[in-house]
Amino acid sequence: MITIEDIHYSYASNIEALKGVSLTINDGDFIAIMGQNGAGKTTFIKHFNGLLKPTSGIVRVNGVETTKTSVAALARNIGFVFQNPDNQLFSETVEDEIVFALKNFGFDKETIEQRVVWALDFLSLTQYRKTSPFLLSGGERKRVALASVLAWDPNTLVLDEPTIGQDHEQKEKLQQFIMQLQSKKKTVVMVTHDVEFVAECNPRIILMRDGKIVADGIAKDILTNSKLLEESSIVLPQIAQIFTKLCPLGLPANVINMDEAETTILSHVKKEGE
Amino acid sequence: MSVFDGLKFRKVFSPIHNLDPRIKFIYVIAIFISAILFHQILPLAILFLIQLPFVFMARVQKQWVKSLRGAAFLASFIFIINILTKFFYNNWTLTAFDIESALGMTMRFIVLVESFSVFFLTTSPDHLGLALEQSRIPYEFAFAFTTAVRFVPVLAEEAQTIMDAQKARGLELEKGNLLKRIRNYIPILIPLIVSAIRRSLELAEAMESRAWGAAKKRTNLYLLKLHKGDYILIGITTIVLIITIYVRLFLFNSIPLISSFFF
Repeated sequence: MITIEDIHYSYASNIEALKGVSLTINDGDFIAIMGQNGAGKTTFIKHFNGLLKPTSGIVRVNGVETTKTSVAALARNIGFVFQNPDNQLFSETVEDEIVFALKNFGFDKETIEQRVVWALDFLSLTQYRKTSPFLLSGGERKRVALASVLAWDPNTLVLDEPTIGQDHEQKEKLQQFIMQLQSKKKTVVMVTHDVEFVAECNPRIILMRDGKIVADGIAKDILTNSKLLEESSIVLPQIAQIFTKLCPLGLPANVINMDEAETTILSHVKKEGE
Repeated sequence: MSVFDGLKFRKVFSPIHNLDPRIKFIYVIAIFISAILFHQILPLAILFLIQLPFVFMARVQKQWVKSLRGAAFLASFIFIINILTKFFYNNWTLTAFDIESALGMTMRFIVLVESFSVFFLTTSPDHLGLALEQSRIPYEFAFAFTTAVRFVPVLAEEAQTIMDAQKARGLELEKGNLLKRIRNYIPILIPLIVSAIRRSLELAEAMESRAWGAAKKRTNLYLLKLHKGDYILIGITTIVLIITIYVRLFLFNSIPLISSFFF
C-alpha cells in the first residue's frame, strides 16, 4: 500500500512539478496515470520508490516513509520499469541482465536460476537467453527490461509509458500480462498517453494536470467525459466517440472498449428486431 | 556533476561575454604559461587575484565558486601528494618551505582551473565554433568540437536517468570497498556509452538528410570582429606576459617566501 499525503516537488531549476498531490494506492489496484506532457506524471511515480523525495509532504510505502529508507530497500517491493530500456541494459547476455537485480537483492543461487527461467518464459524470451540485449529489436529490449524487473517478484509494478514503440501484438500481450499480474493480486501503476490501450485495459484512472490530480475514477466515467479530457489534451477513445454519436439512437454513451461495444450493439440490434 | 555545473555556459550579457573568444583564449593561455613559470605562492596568488575582476564583471561568481568547489578534491589531493613526497625524501621531516612549495603547487592548479572556468563560463558554444572556424580550422572539426560541448548537459541528464534506472534495480553505488565502488559504475557507464554512440549515428543521419556538407564553401551570418574591449584585453595580456617573463628572468630568485615573513 502506498499513501501519498499532499506532496510538493520542485526541481533544482525551481520548477514546481508537483503542487500538492494526495493519493492512496491499495494492494491489488490497477491504475493508469494520464495527462498531457509536463503534467508531472513521471515526477509523481518516481516518488513511489524514493528516486525522488518530496520537497514537502509524506510518501509512505507499506507504512515506511520514503525519506527514511534507501531506494534499494524500497525497490524490493516496488519494481519500476523505465520508459527507455536502453537506459538500463548493459550486460553481455539477456540472462545476466535479469540476474543483475537478483544479485543486488541478495537472492541465493538456486532461487536466481529459478527466477531467471520463469521470467524468460513469462515474457517469451527463453530463446534469447544467451543473446546480447543490444542485438535485440526495440520491442524485445523492452521485454528484457520488464523481465529484469519482474524476476524479483515485486508486489507493485510501476510502468512508465509501456506501450511506446510497441506494435499491436505486443500491446495485446502486455495487456494479457497485466491481467495475469492482476490475478496474482499485484499492484500495477502505469503512466501512459495511449487512450485506446487504457480503454481496453479498463483500470482506475488518475488524471493529472499542471502538477495536480484533477480526476480520479473508473475508466468508464473518465474516458467518456469529453470536457474533462479535452482540458488535458486527450481525445476520447474511438469507441467512446462512436457511442457518443449513437446516443440519440438509444444506445448508452459510456461504452469504451471492444468487447462491451460488441455485446451492447448485438443486444440493441436484437431488441430492434423484435 | 558539480564540476560540470561550474563549466556550463549560461547566456548573460556582460562585457566579458562579448569579448572575442580568440582573444580570451590567448589570455587564458598567457595565464596558463605564467602559472607554470612559477612555483612560489606569491606570484601565483597575484595571478589568482588579477582574474577576480573578470569573474565579477562577467557576473558568474556563483558558477565560478561551484567550479572551484568541484576542483577542491583534486586540489587537496595534489597538496597531500606533494607533502608526502617531501616528507619521504627529507627523511621524515617537514620544513615550512616544504609546506609552502606544496601549497604553491596546489595554488598553481587552482589558478589553471580558475582561468579555464572563466573562459568556458563566458564563451557560448556558438562563439567558440565561430572562433575555431575563423582560425582556419576545418569546419568539420569545428563542428565536431561545438557539438561535443553542446551535448555535455544532455549526457549529464541521461546519466542521471540511467542512475535512477539502475538504482530502481537495487544498485547501491556507495556500497562496498573501493574496487567494488568503481565496479558499481559499470552498469551506468555502458548504457551511457551505448546511447552516446547511438545518438551520434542518429545525428549524423539527420544531418546528412539535411544536406550537411553539400556546399564546399560555407558562409556565416555572424562574423567575429575585434572591438574596443578586445584591444584592452590584448593590452592586459601583453602586460601580464611581459611582467611574468621579466620577473622570471631577472627576479626569480628574489621572490620572497611567505614563510620568510614569519620566521
